[in-house]
Amino acid sequence: MREGSLKLRPYLDEVGVMIGLEIHVQLNKLNTKIFCGCPLDYHDDEPNTHTCPVCLGLPGSLPVINRKSVEYSIKVGLALNCTIEEHTQFYRKNYYYPDLPKGFQITQYDYPIASNGYINIEGEDGEIRIRINRAHMEEDPGRLVHEGGSIERSKHTLIDYNRSGVALLEIVTEPDIRSPKEARRFLDKLRNILGYLDVVDTTLEGSMRVDANISLSGGSRSEVKNISSHKGAERALLFEIVRQKNLLRRGGKVVQETRHFDEARGVTVSLRTKEEAHDYRYFPEADLGPIKVADWAPGIKATLPELPDARRERFVSLYGITDDHAKSLTSEKQVADFYEEVVIKCSNYYKPDESIDDYIQLDIAHFAAVWIADELKGQLNFRNLNIDSFKVKDMVSLIKLIHENKITEQSGKEVIRTILDDGGSPDEVVAAKGLLKAGGDIVTTAVKEVIAENPQAVEDYRSGKQEAVNFLMGQVMKKTRGRAGAKEVREMIIQRI
Amino acid sequence: MITVSQTLEAIKDSSAEEVVSQCIERIENSKFNTFITVAKDSAPEAARKAEGHTGPLAGVPIAIKDNISTRGIQTTCASKILGGYVPPYDAHVIERLKAAGAIIVGKVNMDEFAMGTSTESSYYGPTLNPWDPERVPGGSSGGSAATVAAGEVPLSLGSDTGGSVRCPASFCGVVGLKPTYGVISRYGLISYANSLEQIGPIASNVGDMTLLFNVIAGHDPRDSTSVAGEKDYTKALVNDVKGLTIGVPKEYFGEGIDQAVEKSVWDGVHRLEDLGASWQEVEMPHTKYALAAYYVIAMSEASSNLARFDGMRYGLRLEKDHDWHTTYSEIRAQGFGEEVKRRILLGTYALSAGYMDKYYIKALKVRTLIRQDFERALKDTDVLIAPTMPTPAFKLSEKISDPLTLYMADVNTVPINLAGVPSVSLPCGFSDGLPIGLQIMGKHFDEETVIRTAYTFEQNTDFHTKAPEVV
Repeated sequence: MREGSLKLRPYLDEVGVMIGLEIHVQLNKLNTKIFCGCPLDYHDDEPNTHTCPVCLGLPGSLPVINRKSVEYSIKVGLALNCTIEEHTQFYRKNYYYPDLPKGFQITQYDYPIASNGYINIEGEDGEIRIRINRAHMEEDPGRLVHEGGSIERSKHTLIDYNRSGVALLEIVTEPDIRSPKEARRFLDKLRNILGYLDVVDTTLEGSMRVDANISLSGGSRSEVKNISSHKGAERALLFEIVRQKNLLRRGGKVVQETRHFDEARGVTVSLRTKEEAHDYRYFPEADLGPIKVADWAPGIKATLPELPDARRERFVSLYGITDDHAKSLTSEKQVADFYEEVVIKCSNYYKPDESIDDYIQLDIAHFAAVWIADELKGQLNFRNLNIDSFKVKDMVSLIKLIHENKITEQSGKEVIRTILDDGGSPDEVVAAKGLLKAGGDIVTTAVKEVIAENPQAVEDYRSGKQEAVNFLMGQVMKKTRGRAGAKEVREMIIQRI
Repeated sequence: MITVSQTLEAIKDSSAEEVVSQCIERIENSKFNTFITVAKDSAPEAARKAEGHTGPLAGVPIAIKDNISTRGIQTTCASKILGGYVPPYDAHVIERLKAAGAIIVGKVNMDEFAMGTSTESSYYGPTLNPWDPERVPGGSSGGSAATVAAGEVPLSLGSDTGGSVRCPASFCGVVGLKPTYGVISRYGLISYANSLEQIGPIASNVGDMTLLFNVIAGHDPRDSTSVAGEKDYTKALVNDVKGLTIGVPKEYFGEGIDQAVEKSVWDGVHRLEDLGASWQEVEMPHTKYALAAYYVIAMSEASSNLARFDGMRYGLRLEKDHDWHTTYSEIRAQGFGEEVKRRILLGTYALSAGYMDKYYIKALKVRTLIRQDFERALKDTDVLIAPTMPTPAFKLSEKISDPLTLYMADVNTVPINLAGVPSVSLPCGFSDGLPIGLQIMGKHFDEETVIRTAYTFEQNTDFHTKAPEVV
């Protein structure tokens, strides 16, 4: 451990919450499972159709490592600032469960693929560092389908082995998280990084599954399993804090146990206590030799994409936008990609022949940041939509319309809302709703006419009566029937008198 | 016994189908309980299709140990728990055999899950030794060796985790090879102790054994421990040991060794000396720890390897459904035999928290020392020669009730598996009409020198021409 280099939280709050997370990430962007050639595109298919002797654990079958899964895991490890050791090794974790066809799970124990990393997140009071203890590879078990709903009520259980053998990366944090909100932020950040690495499709069910360890005031910890969403993690942890607090207040004692999160009811229930804990009898998996990965890491590091933190810094320095905008734009890879495409297309439009250094129009970059980070993202979140719901070319057109003063900002917002709700392009929406501002020359003419027609007001302004401008503006608005931008009209008048 | 060349002649004279049908008739009339499943329908049909096949084993019948997966033919590991299990796929060696034209005539008896030295732990009853039906054929590949010795088939496959090919080869007077770990793909071999075992060829003579080995050896991407590269091992069938240096480890002639065995093996060494080889004694000081280390490692691995047999997907089922906990326990209580249960329990114990360092980890350290013993001994020598088994075949029921005594019989075979080196057992004499086996061990991946030594010995002796009277 590298305690010295870490910026840890200076205090614990009054209940001393310590949270550590274990996140099972399905490397579902691989073509095949971790130890066999079965494809991963089973989500819309019948149960037990994507199986073979290996992932069914048939007698005599042997695992063969999917090299790409090792590459992906190293990629994640490096992105989480982990060390990739000289070699990595698989172990058997022995336990019986019907979803586990071999009676053991092939996983890692000593010599995990990655260890000693960290992720920086926005903590309750500024940026904090959450240490990653390790990330290890393993196979996903099959999926149990309890006929008739819950474990308690169903008469029998069916097993679908389509999921059996899908590559998982289990990411284990140190107990550096101090609140449910921080846990959620950590998970969001992790998902963001994984999205950047293009190793997992986090929209698929079960692609990120969380177990959380939580203790108060240095007491025993409980492990909460079966958390399937980031919101669920926050809720489960909140419940646990309240449960443990109440227990302590009543003079009780928190026992070390494993608890199950019932998402529907929002509560955790005890599964087993420490005394009932398994002895997994980990020992090396002789069917898979140690894999020398030291030589892999530098090559993979070179192909690592730009990660959220670096991209955020670049956005600030390259586009001259605020850190808040940069953070918002880079918190999802797709949004950041969207933003950059818009900026480049707009810049290209305005200055097609410039050399690359002068290529980016900073005013456009700032403009696009405001419209995408503040306006578009807000509207998308409100509608629970993602960035795919809005086309880059529509945003480019919209920015041009606003930037060239053809529509007002108010109209721009209306265009976004209309496109999200009813479809269409900005030009269509503007035409249909008559949002086009009066043309520049019409406004100029109106300004000239108003100045000529109202010499008294002009004189008043020159002698120091600021409010005279408002009168002149009102006259211009009247002439343009309100399709002129107030701010620019004001500027034009002041410039001319 | 039948040789491959005799079989090929017979096929030429009649047909593969005819030869295979006669073979099946012999098997069905066997007095030694050699087979668990006979491929009565599929074998003659495969033989018909093999007409005109140009592979080296075209139409030649072969018996397969019942822990090697055969598509469409029941594979039980001689256990009740796998009753009715028909694999949907062929082991790598079976694919290679079929490609070479060989005909799978059925699955032969063995100790349950290959755990044993006598083939008495089979759920299907013991196989009898064709040289003396009151004696065991050795194990665990007892069926594989006995069926060749009885002249039922010319070739068979066994598997060798701690001597399971060489022990029965020795007791039944046939030739059996445990190749270097990694030379033959284990894909399809139902694991007992996966870090130790290899599939091994069995035949009535070194030439046939090598021919079969040549067919089944080679790289398989489905087994991560399978090594790359193909060799033609038949080129090692050379009658010449001039300049060969033989090491004789004195630890292999220890307490409890039968005098006739000791003499026959030394006679064998001297015979090779007459033929131009030289010999020297070598020290393998950690041999005395091999047995303990072997059993700890094998049982530990077994406890995990056999966890998948729970009756949920294949094999034994219960009449009535219970919750999964009860079902697992019941199935395993009913399905496994006594020796298998013993090894699962001991292995589970050896891997348990608090005991793992004391047993499993320590055994792995011993394993390294044993391997180093071999590396040292084979630095100045080309092969090592020792008795395969300390005694000739013992009587049925003589040792089965005393597991420790039975385990002791493996004292000369288990070090080879711990080290991963190749070793062949071949007949070198008789004691009261019972065959005696000599094992020739070599360097990792140097099967050629082992085969050449064995072949030269065989060409200059006549032990392999003897066969039991089976009428």
